[in-house]
Formats: sequence, structure tokens, C-alpha cells
Amino acid sequence: MPEPLLRVVGVCKAFGGVRAVDGVSFELARGEIRALIGPNGAGKSTFFNILAGQLRADGGAVSYRGEEILGLAPHAIWRRGVSRTFQITATFATLSALENVQVARLSATGRSRGLLRLVDRLEVERSLALLAQVGLAEQARRPAGVLAYGDLKKLELAIALANDPALLLLDEPTAGMAPAERGALMALTGSIARERELTVLFTEHDMDVVFAVAERVMVLHQGRVIAEGAPDTVRTNPEVQAVYLGEPAEAT
Amino acid sequence: MSPSLVLIQLLSGLAHAMVLFLIASGLSLIFGVTRIVNFAHGSFYMLAAYLTYTLAATLPLGAAAFYVAVLLAAASVGLTGLGVEVTLLRRVYRAPELYQLLLTFALVLVVADLVKLCWGSENLTGPAAPGLAGSVAIAGQLFPTYDLALIALGPLVAAGLWWLFYRTRWGVVIRAATQDREMVAVLGVDQARLFTSVFALGSFLAGLGGALQVPRQALTNVMDASIITEAFVVVVVGGMGSLPGALLAAVLIGVIDAFGVLVLPRASLVMTFVVMAVVLIVRPWGLLGGPPAPQRTAAAAVVTAGAVRLPRRWVAAVLAVLIAAPPLLPTFHVWVLVEILAFALFAASLQLLMGTGGMVSFGHAATFGLGAYGAALLVTWTKAPMLLAFAAAPLAAAAGAALYGYFCVRLSSIYFAMLTLAFAQIAFAIVHQWYDVTGGDNGLLGIWPAAWLAGPLAYYYLALAACGGGVALLARIGRAPFGLTLRAARDHARRAETVGINIRLHQWLAFVVAGFFGGLAGGAFVFLKGSVFPNLLAVPMSVEPLVMVLLGGVQAPAGAAVGAAIYKLLDTVATKYTEYWQLVLGAVLILLVLVFPRGVLGVLGDRRA
Repeated sequence: MPEPLLRVVGVCKAFGGVRAVDGVSFELARGEIRALIGPNGAGKSTFFNILAGQLRADGGAVSYRGEEILGLAPHAIWRRGVSRTFQITATFATLSALENVQVARLSATGRSRGLLRLVDRLEVERSLALLAQVGLAEQARRPAGVLAYGDLKKLELAIALANDPALLLLDEPTAGMAPAERGALMALTGSIARERELTVLFTEHDMDVVFAVAERVMVLHQGRVIAEGAPDTVRTNPEVQAVYLGEPAEAT
Repeated sequence: MSPSLVLIQLLSGLAHAMVLFLIASGLSLIFGVTRIVNFAHGSFYMLAAYLTYTLAATLPLGAAAFYVAVLLAAASVGLTGLGVEVTLLRRVYRAPELYQLLLTFALVLVVADLVKLCWGSENLTGPAAPGLAGSVAIAGQLFPTYDLALIALGPLVAAGLWWLFYRTRWGVVIRAATQDREMVAVLGVDQARLFTSVFALGSFLAGLGGALQVPRQALTNVMDASIITEAFVVVVVGGMGSLPGALLAAVLIGVIDAFGVLVLPRASLVMTFVVMAVVLIVRPWGLLGGPPAPQRTAAAAVVTAGAVRLPRRWVAAVLAVLIAAPPLLPTFHVWVLVEILAFALFAASLQLLMGTGGMVSFGHAATFGLGAYGAALLVTWTKAPMLLAFAAAPLAAAAGAALYGYFCVRLSSIYFAMLTLAFAQIAFAIVHQWYDVTGGDNGLLGIWPAAWLAGPLAYYYLALAACGGGVALLARIGRAPFGLTLRAARDHARRAETVGINIRLHQWLAFVVAGFFGGLAGGAFVFLKGSVFPNLLAVPMSVEPLVMVLLGGVQAPAGAAVGAAIYKLLDTVATKYTEYWQLVLGAVLILLVLVFPRGVLGVLGDRRA
């Protein structure tokens, strides 16, 4: 069996007495597209923040391409090819869409400390190509702060692709979008992932999106992985059904 | 030191601490809720002191007159604060937050001259507090009864404030707003009324502090400046928005002040700043403060628009005038132009930190002063040729900035600003006290340019090349990958670190670059004046470039340069024609802020877009 791209072993994180992430372990194969689902408060975003280096875990290990990355700074993790998007869109509001991607491209190519060359002529074509790939070519010169919500989600995706990542972590990539847009964005994400042979781990609340795109599904509940498998297996798993249907107190 | 002396100093420190606590808790309250860095807080304190002086003398109430005067003065200052909030500050709440700082700075100037107009510039000695006039013997030493009363009053006021904040609905709203005001607004609290009431209460506390100070010290025209920095120190050492923190810090700073004078008289100036620097390095949010709620709106604090790019025609036209005009001008005007050039570069270097990097420094004077002293010390002690010393100025400042920047970039918002101020004050204290090397108060004299550069025109063109070139380079850096990366980190730190940006490293480099150009400006200035004095590193020298950047527009170095030109011209004209130049300057600044609430270039840029 080939070495997995990502191996997570016993990752924990507690906030006071609450165990937000409670011994999560799993492996991601190269090229896999996996959904991480679970009710609100299951620990999904916390887990993502740990993987991306923005939150320090209490314990556990995360090996990426055979290298331990738990505890590295966010920028160091990104440099190794792990890219992410945020549940609440995170872009550079006063920068144009193009500049948003350029910043990431300049960082990826180690030129973010250049003092004298003008940005206008650096990484423009690559960045425009990325914007075109997510369908934002028309908006390239507009400030991110004025873009529509759906466009911001696309912009985040373009930014996340700027370092040619091997692993893409998408935290609710379609949250807050209209249902029709959601399907389109996830179909786009799926096709980009397959074309670039990316490994994708994404969280999502819309089950239609999950079952349309994910090859495997993993369910997180109270900080633990309670089920993992092909979408249909997970869908019929009685414990998963109990979590989603039988515990109204968990719903928001 | 005898035990009884220690006890007396301790008590005297505590008495001062109580006054400090009153003022600082008002300042902390205002900043916590409204995010206004209220420079005018010290002015309100001073105003109340003078009002008390007059009221106590005129009210026909006998022994009660003083106490009624204290309350009346504090109340009038509270009302003044209310008026200022409603008529001025409210108009600029939609502008980037720092524009309110510019307004409060203008108020400082206006109040200072109003006080001078009404009460003159002689020191005044206030009345003693009836019934508390004498001294009591404590451990064989005499101690003022009034100070003892203050020590007793302090905890009472603290308890009253605690009751207000923790036991009333209004207090709950204030505490909630301090932690997360966006959330409070969403919950349906009327922001306008909350801000007004908080500003009034904060001003009242400043007024009470000032009024109570009257029997303890002579009233002077500069008591606003001395208290405001100390109050800010207390606020950040205690932790923003923390009442117990303010009390703890006031006691700490008050006592350190009292003992500092005894133990290390030469270092007493700087002791509180050293303490603040140490506290902030160890605890980035003060002793009892916590990290602030994450801001949801990107970069609301400083910049709301992208970089402005001036049309090439404008730049070419300005440059043409700067090259062609000086030979036609009287010498005095050429010297004024050189000074403007130096300040344009100084302000532009701050713009890199403030506008592009979103890091508001209250201590940028350090770069200017390090550059100026670097050059002056080389000339004085090694007889270095002028051009070599000139070239050393930016390097000295960059080295200094690299050193203190290392600590500063670990903090954010007001804590960051205050740490930069602390380092500037420490640098000030060093040049002020190290007589053998820096000449202390006497400064260093005879730092003139080489003979062939000494004429007004020759030196003007050197300054134009150095400062104009510096501003141009800063503009270029703003549009280079480094500038773009800084703007990205300013807009959204979490996003920036997840596109591989090492934010602290970039911010630290910004410090070094800003230090370099600030030092170059200092170098140009020192050979213009032929001398250097410690006041180049003092607080006003840090505030001036801040005002210039805000005045011109924070988005681009050109804005800073325009702001520098406007400010320096106003200053030059006003000081020439009237003794009350601060009043004129302050009034004009207020008008400018109201007309250009995002800076002159910021507003013009918006119009063009």
C-alpha cells in the first residue's frame, strides 16, 4: 500500500473542559476527495485550524508526506503544499482580486520581500489564469471588498491554488451561497482537483454537495470520528443517523 | 534610605496613583468603547484644574467653595466632553478610526491656547483644601493631610466605578462593548448614545482628576502633556478596559515614580517607560487585559481604500516647481522648504508603517532622532566628513529600528503604539541624560554641511535629492511585492499567514525600512539646523508625523508628503503672525478633518475614482 499523503494520529484539543477535538486519527490517500461532516460544534473548524497551524493541538501527530507538521507555523505549513480556505471568507479587502492572487503567487515564488520591482508586472499572467480558472477573470481589477459573496468564495479558491498545493483544506466552501451556486462551485472544485491531482479534505453542511463530490465521507461528532467510508455506507450508518436526526439538542 | 522615608515616599506615590487612576480609568473607558485615542484627555484634566482654581476663588461659599468647585469643574469638563463628542467626533465616526485621533490632537492645541488666553502662562498656585490643609506626622516625618485624604478617596472612587460597571445595566453594556462592540451594536444598543455617555463620563473622570490635583501642584500650561503620556502608560500597563488593571497599574506607576526620583534621579524620566516596555514584552495585553475580539471588518482601523496612485502629470509638475522655484525665492523660504522636505520624508516613512503596514507608531521620533544624533555624534567625535555622517544617519536609525522593532512587532493595536512610544522615550532619556557623549540638554552644536553644500541653494538641492528621492523610493516600495504583502497582512492577518507570509518578519522589515528613511530625514534636518537637541526624540516629534500622515492621507507616501507640507506651512505662518498659533493651527486642523475625513489625498482620490 502506498504511503498516504496525510496521516493524522490521535489529535486532541480542549478548550477549558470541552474536548473540541478528541483523538482524531485517519489517513488521506493521494488524490482523494473526502468530506468531513458533522453537526455544528462537532470540532470541524477547530480540527482544520490545527491542521493549518493556526491552533496549537494538545497532543497527537500529523505527518504530511512523511514529515511531522503539527506545531509548525501556518506559513511554514503552506510552504509545504497545504493550502486552505476559511468558513467565513478571508480575502484582502483593499486589494484587487488580481492582487489577492498575486500576493499568494509572490509568496509561493519567494519574492514577497522584493522592494523595487513593480507588482504590476509580476505574476500577472499566472494569477489571471487562476482567476479565469475559477471564473473570475471579469472581476480581476475590482477590490475584493466590493465583490459579491459567491465571488469571494471563488477568489479564496484561486488564492488557495496559488502555491500549487498537494493538499487542499476547504472549510465549508459553499457556506452562505445560493443552492444553485453551491453545486456549480463544488463541481468546479472537483474538476480542478481531478485535473491537478489534488487531495481535498472539505467540511460541508449541504449533504447534496457532499454526496455529489466526495469519494469518501468522514463523520465527526463531539470531537471524535464516528464513521468513515463510501458516501452510501456512511449515509445508512445508524450511529450517523442518530447524530443527525436523533439529537435535536445538537442542532442550531 | 531610612524606613520612615520609604514609608513617606510610598504614601506620596499612592496619593499620586489615585489621581492617575481617575484619569486613566476615564481614558481606558473611552478607548475601550469608542476606540478613540483621546489625546485631549490631558487637556480636559488641565482645564478642570484651572476651572477649580477660579471657581474656588470666586464662589461665595466659604470653606465649602473648594469642594463645590471641584465638583462643578469636573461636571463642566464632563459636559465639554459631551459637547465635543456630539459636535465634532460624531462627524468622523465613519472615517478610518485614526481620524478621531487627529481631531483630539487639534483639540489639545486649541485648549492649550485657550487656557493660556484665560489664565496666562505664569504658574498658578491653587488653594489648599479647607480642613485638609496641614500635615500630619507619620513615623516622625511630616506628610500632607490632603494626600492622605486622596489615598482614602481612591478606593472609594474605584468601588463606585466598580458598582457602575458591574451592577448597572449601563455598565454591563459598556463592558460588553469594550470586549466586542460590533456584537453590542447588533444586539440593538444605540451606539450614538452609548458613545456620547461614555465620552462624557470619561471626560468627567479626567476633570475630577485635574480638580483634585489643584492643592497638590502648581498649575502650568504644560500639565496636559505631562499627564496624558502617563495616563496612557497606566492604561496599557493595566490592560485596556480593565478597571482593576488600571488601579493596579496606577499604583505601580505612582510608586515607581515616587521612588525613582529618590533612587535614580537621572533615570526617573524613563523609569515608567522601561516598566511599560517590560510589562508589554512579557504580557502583550497588559497586566490584567486580554486579547481583543477579532475585528470582523478588514483593516477598519487605519485604511479603508487601496493605494492611491497620483497621475504622473501631477508628480512631474510638483517636481518641476521644486527644482525651478527655489532660486527665485528669498533665503528664508528656501530654508522652510528644506524643512518641509525633511518632514515630508519623515512622514512618508511613517506612512509605510501606518498606512501600508497598518502599524500605528507613537514613537517614530526615535528614527528621526537616531538619524540626527547618529550624524551629529560622528561629526562631533570623529570629525567625520559631512557626507559620510549624512550617509550614516539612515543606517544608525535603521539599526535602532531593527532592535526595537523586534519587540514591537509582537504586539498589536494600542499596545504596539505604546511600546514604540516607550522605546522612543528610552532613546530620549539616553540622549537627554548622557551628558558626556550627547551633551544632554545642551545638545550638539556646529553640525554644518561641507563648505560647498553650505549655501541655501546647494543644501536645498542636496535635501531635495535625498528626501525627494526617499519619498519616491518609498512610493516604489509601496507598489512593490513587499508593499503589497504588507497591505495583505494588514487587511487579513490569518489569510496572509495561510498564503505563506511570515507576518512578523515582514513587519519587522517594514520597521527597518521606515527607520532607514526616518533617519535619512533626521540627517537632512540636522545639517539644516547645524545642531541637535534631545527634543528631536520627544513625544511631539512622534505626534507631528502622525498628524501629517492623517492630514494628507494614509494610503500613499505622497499623502504624507502633502500633509507635511500643509502642516509645516500652517505652523510657519501661524507662529509668525500670532502668539496663539496653537489655537489657529488647531482650528484649521479641525476644519480640515471635517472637510477631508480621510485625508486630503484620500478624499481627492475617492473623488477621482
